[in-house]
Amino acid sequence: MKKRHVTWLALVLALMMVLVACGDSTDGTTAGTDAPDETTAPDETTAPDETTAPDDTAPSTDTTAASAEPFRIAIVAPSASNDLAFTQSIVDAVNVIKSEMGNVEVAVTDGTFIVEDAAAAIRGYASEGYDLVIAHGSQYGGSLQEIAPDFPDVSFAWGTAADTFGLDNVYSYEAASDEGGYVMGVMAAALSETGTIGIVGPIEVGDAKLYVDGFEAGAKAQDPGANVNINYTGSFSDVALASEAAQAHAAAGADVMSGTAQMVVGAVGVADEVGALWFGTQANQTSLAPSIVVASQVYHWEVILREIIANLNSGTMGGEIYTINLANGGEVIEFNPGYSLPDEVRQLADAAIAGIIDGSVSTGQ
Amino acid sequence: MSEFFTQAVLIAAVASGIRLAVPLLLASLGETYGQRSGVLNLGVDGIMLLGAFGGYYTVLKTDNVWLGLAMGIGVGVILGLVSAVISVTLKAEQGISGIGIYLFGLGMSDLLFQKLVGTPLPVGSFPKLDIPGLSDIPILGEMLFRHSIIVYVAFGLVPISMYIINRTTFGMNIRAVGENPEAADSLGVSVVRIRYLTVTIGGMMAGIAGAALAIDLGIFQQNLTNAQGFIAIALVYFGAWRPAGVMAGSLLYGFVNSVVLQFKTLGIIPRSWSDIAAMAPAIITILALVLVARRFRQPAALTKPFTRGT
Repeated sequence: MKKRHVTWLALVLALMMVLVACGDSTDGTTAGTDAPDETTAPDETTAPDETTAPDDTAPSTDTTAASAEPFRIAIVAPSASNDLAFTQSIVDAVNVIKSEMGNVEVAVTDGTFIVEDAAAAIRGYASEGYDLVIAHGSQYGGSLQEIAPDFPDVSFAWGTAADTFGLDNVYSYEAASDEGGYVMGVMAAALSETGTIGIVGPIEVGDAKLYVDGFEAGAKAQDPGANVNINYTGSFSDVALASEAAQAHAAAGADVMSGTAQMVVGAVGVADEVGALWFGTQANQTSLAPSIVVASQVYHWEVILREIIANLNSGTMGGEIYTINLANGGEVIEFNPGYSLPDEVRQLADAAIAGIIDGSVSTGQ
Repeated sequence: MSEFFTQAVLIAAVASGIRLAVPLLLASLGETYGQRSGVLNLGVDGIMLLGAFGGYYTVLKTDNVWLGLAMGIGVGVILGLVSAVISVTLKAEQGISGIGIYLFGLGMSDLLFQKLVGTPLPVGSFPKLDIPGLSDIPILGEMLFRHSIIVYVAFGLVPISMYIINRTTFGMNIRAVGENPEAADSLGVSVVRIRYLTVTIGGMMAGIAGAALAIDLGIFQQNLTNAQGFIAIALVYFGAWRPAGVMAGSLLYGFVNSVVLQFKTLGIIPRSWSDIAAMAPAIITILALVLVARRFRQPAALTKPFTRGT
């Protein structure tokens, strides 16, 4: 009997080790990008440069000195880094920052759909002294509120949200996704032949709600008689349900569809199968169905990250709320070159973009 | 409400319910074999996830859905054998060891996806098969007989499983081992061999279920199954360990889901209620489980490891 328990215990331990190994490797992107940076980071290698630099070019001393110590950014995000949606948008943005600034060290912990895991990762990065820790998920707010006060020297950015908890080392950021949604809605109503448009949403909150509401407002503005069917499946991750929601839209006569959050990959496939057009958001979704994706609203968080980093360099650790929108270039409508959009529809889109930027068009939010 | 009772919507709702039921049906049929022989495998969802990735990746690389299905079978058989080693040979606590298999499948499938694929790319789906003659029946033909091949395979396995479990010597041995392993053992039935076979069949079916899900969706994503494997286990209890009951449960779950989706699409369920409505399938299944399944007794030796002479 005892022997059996020992076997069992060994087995549990073995399994746990496998799991731990998996956990680490899942963050492989993290470990992978971390490790090389850490080895190059040591001051010994960069120190000689610092001493020689001042003699050579006096004016650039500051930048050289600043770049000798890498700026360290960590991202904690709920889905995969390459989900063609929410998480990818922030990873891409930080990579843009990295290519602009040069000496930036980036660490990513993705797939933390369990909030406790995300909280552990956020605390971990903070205690490792990262300059900026990005908690990319509205659901991480509660954890951040507890963690941030423990690390006054670390700056945190939390999104999508419009609340810094009154903490002076927390920035928050959000997307006016209703703006891009509105532009998409205008095009959708102009392109629809049946007059029925189907939208697949996750849960009616935050960014998703803004996008869907903006889309509906745009479609109704273009064609007041348009029938906009909206289906919140109740899940950010259920691909099969999103796929069947798209089937339901098709049955109801929709010939143009859109959707938001990472589970829409299932719906795009159905749109392709039934010959409906698709509008994407959060990232460029053209690769999922190159012949039917008309356009995607793409988030460029780097616009606000630049401001946050500039603030950090001047000593402000947080306390501000940022929004990306069409006007500041944080939201861009990327058209699929493979889809031949009629000129008049393109003009409607451009007019809607211009109207939203100059304030003459309201998305209703 | 009247919008729902149009022909196009009704047909779509039934067809959608059938599609949603298929992965659940495949996985729960497989789990039925294991549980009838006294082994509870809670790792179904993990096996489904690895089967799903294996199937998806194979189709992505070869563009052949049948090779993808074969990969799902292969992955399922291997993980079924691993489950059998753990719960039959090592006699591990079945309520816990399956969770290990699940977590392994969840982590490993995502790791492999990130390393080998990265950005989701769509793949081809199973070909559709319109059953000659039957698919031309008005309404009914469109609801029932214009599906992808895997749908017919899944429902075809129901009578086959009924026959195997109820009418063959193998099936009798499965039931004997699940009810009274000591008696079966004394009559010369190898409890270990039967349980290895049933748990491996269960793993294989879970692998097929996962591959069917991924290939029919034409995409893979982290946690693609979204806990369908656990629902499948519940459906085995719901179906009172009988293939027909398991099929009824899978269809009920699929239909409730599809009707809720149609209602939401047509605005019959107000948008503010959609989060509550999303729970309907789970709530209805639990209610049915409480009301129906209580009348049936579970296999007496379920979750009990067999040791000769105790």
